[in-house]
Amino acid sequence: MKHKGRKVYMVSGGVTKFAKSTPDMDFRLRVKKAFDYAMNDVNLTLEDIDGSVASYFSDHFQRQLMAGIMVQDYLGLTPKPSKRIEGGGATGGLAFQSGYEAIASGRMDTCAVYGFESMSHVNTWKGNEFIALASDTNFDYPVGGFYTGYYAMMAVRHMHEFGTTVEQLAKVSIKNHANAIDNPYSQSPMKLTVDDVRKSPMVSYPLTRLDVCTMSDGAAVAILASEEKAFEITKHPIEITGIGTGTDTMRLADRPFGKVPLLPNEKASDYKNLKYPGIHSFRAGRTAAKEAYAAAGITDPINEIDAVELHDAYTSSEVQTYEDLGLCKYGEGGQFIDEGKSKLNGKVPVNFSGGLLACGHPVGASGIMQGVFMFWQLQKTIKKHFKSDKLQLNNPRRGLIHSHAGTGTYVTVSVMEVPK
Amino acid sequence: MTINPDAKMEESQNGTEIYSTDPLVVKSTYSIDYIHSYAQDSEFFRALGKKKLMGSRCKKCHYGYATPRSHCMMCGAETEWVELPTKGKIHSYTTCYFGSEVFLPQTPFNLVLVEFDGFDSLFMARLIGAEQEDMYVGMPIVAKFKRLQSFSPTDVYFVPAKGSEQPSSSNGKKKRR
Repeated sequence: MKHKGRKVYMVSGGVTKFAKSTPDMDFRLRVKKAFDYAMNDVNLTLEDIDGSVASYFSDHFQRQLMAGIMVQDYLGLTPKPSKRIEGGGATGGLAFQSGYEAIASGRMDTCAVYGFESMSHVNTWKGNEFIALASDTNFDYPVGGFYTGYYAMMAVRHMHEFGTTVEQLAKVSIKNHANAIDNPYSQSPMKLTVDDVRKSPMVSYPLTRLDVCTMSDGAAVAILASEEKAFEITKHPIEITGIGTGTDTMRLADRPFGKVPLLPNEKASDYKNLKYPGIHSFRAGRTAAKEAYAAAGITDPINEIDAVELHDAYTSSEVQTYEDLGLCKYGEGGQFIDEGKSKLNGKVPVNFSGGLLACGHPVGASGIMQGVFMFWQLQKTIKKHFKSDKLQLNNPRRGLIHSHAGTGTYVTVSVMEVPK
Repeated sequence: MTINPDAKMEESQNGTEIYSTDPLVVKSTYSIDYIHSYAQDSEFFRALGKKKLMGSRCKKCHYGYATPRSHCMMCGAETEWVELPTKGKIHSYTTCYFGSEVFLPQTPFNLVLVEFDGFDSLFMARLIGAEQEDMYVGMPIVAKFKRLQSFSPTDVYFVPAKGSEQPSSSNGKKKRR
């Protein structure tokens, strides 16, 4: 696939502090706060916005259909064009890419992508039920009905296939919760040990409470623009140089056992005996990475990407995703975290913000939150927005954001870069 | 004449449950009965009552699915129903200690993905008769069927095959990593 559209830039962003429950604000006001932050940061007015994309996952949480238009209405963006995008956990990433498409196609010069979820309207276990309705309701929901259970089976198979250990998974939790200590937007900053993670209550073997992200209320906004408009709005826009999306079967049971779709830095001989993806890896993640890398001209991901914000709803999925993104080869994800390559001072910092594990996961907002944090990282404005520069990398030029749905059913990868 | 300036809306004494007054947080309930059709997958659920586990095989490329699927994802052709073996092996497993609200009373429960000889894909089911520490990848397991059907995929479940204890564990219980 060739991307032949116009160049697309991100010009501003805003995020609310994610929290378990914020009953004093509804979803409209939450988005308004993130939206105003983004608008005020670059002195935009409503007239400057051509249209929008609304990002939210479940109608069940809010029990309100067409919640998107209520936000559009509250923000004062009516009667401008807008639509709702939904694709499970990847909703935010898909909406971000839908905003990209609106600019790339020439339809809009500026587009506000806003995401939100209010998960506190039901208790955690009812919330798990709503999320599990995003598995096949004829075959999978009545049997398991629990996403952590599905991911646990994938983790067990990854451990069987590649020798990954629960201690390696715990190290992801330690890293991301520690990064979050310097991110004032995060929900669960924590200093942890391997013992803390392993001794927290077992949710679904081998995943403990601290291997799993939380439910949250939150909102995030990204404002995208065409090249001409972007440089009018800010001196420091960040270019989105490639997007990619992959899909896979709804039922985990239906995943094939075939060959690895290779990245430019891999050879077929690397995976002679590996049956792929089975349930150990995410073919949609690999497919998304391949498309995005081709568009952005990336041939050697580990050496050409400076920072990654990826969808770590589970520690195991972060390890699996290192491999899907080609940061290391399939089977080397456990070693990758062991060697500290994804730490803040490592080869390629992954989830410097704390990720979903520590920032929280208000589904429709999460994928956009990643875009905002990466935007600030590449703009080198972390200090301004986080009131601390501890998470600011030295000279990041290119970042990758990754959003992920279901058991890996929709996955998006978007590449963001400091303009040359 | 139907105009009535003294009209008064009827009131109910049901009241509303309140969790907090500032902000005002009230209880609201939602429940619904669906008229849910299994449509082209109906045969799978009917067959469970005859102690048969039905999968599908592509008429054109012969890809074998351990799940109902009336068209092939590999080539798009129609599939036909085929009976799956009742013996399989654990491809992967977990024990859920928490779950969705409806399943919480059933915790802890085991989930397995089952592989069958001669079929290219897997089947998800519950497994009973073993604890977390007893299960392992490759463990031989056997399908069992409920006598009283609820027309749910849980009408079939799996149990460990006889003599399926892990060879390396003498007491049948080995702490796995």
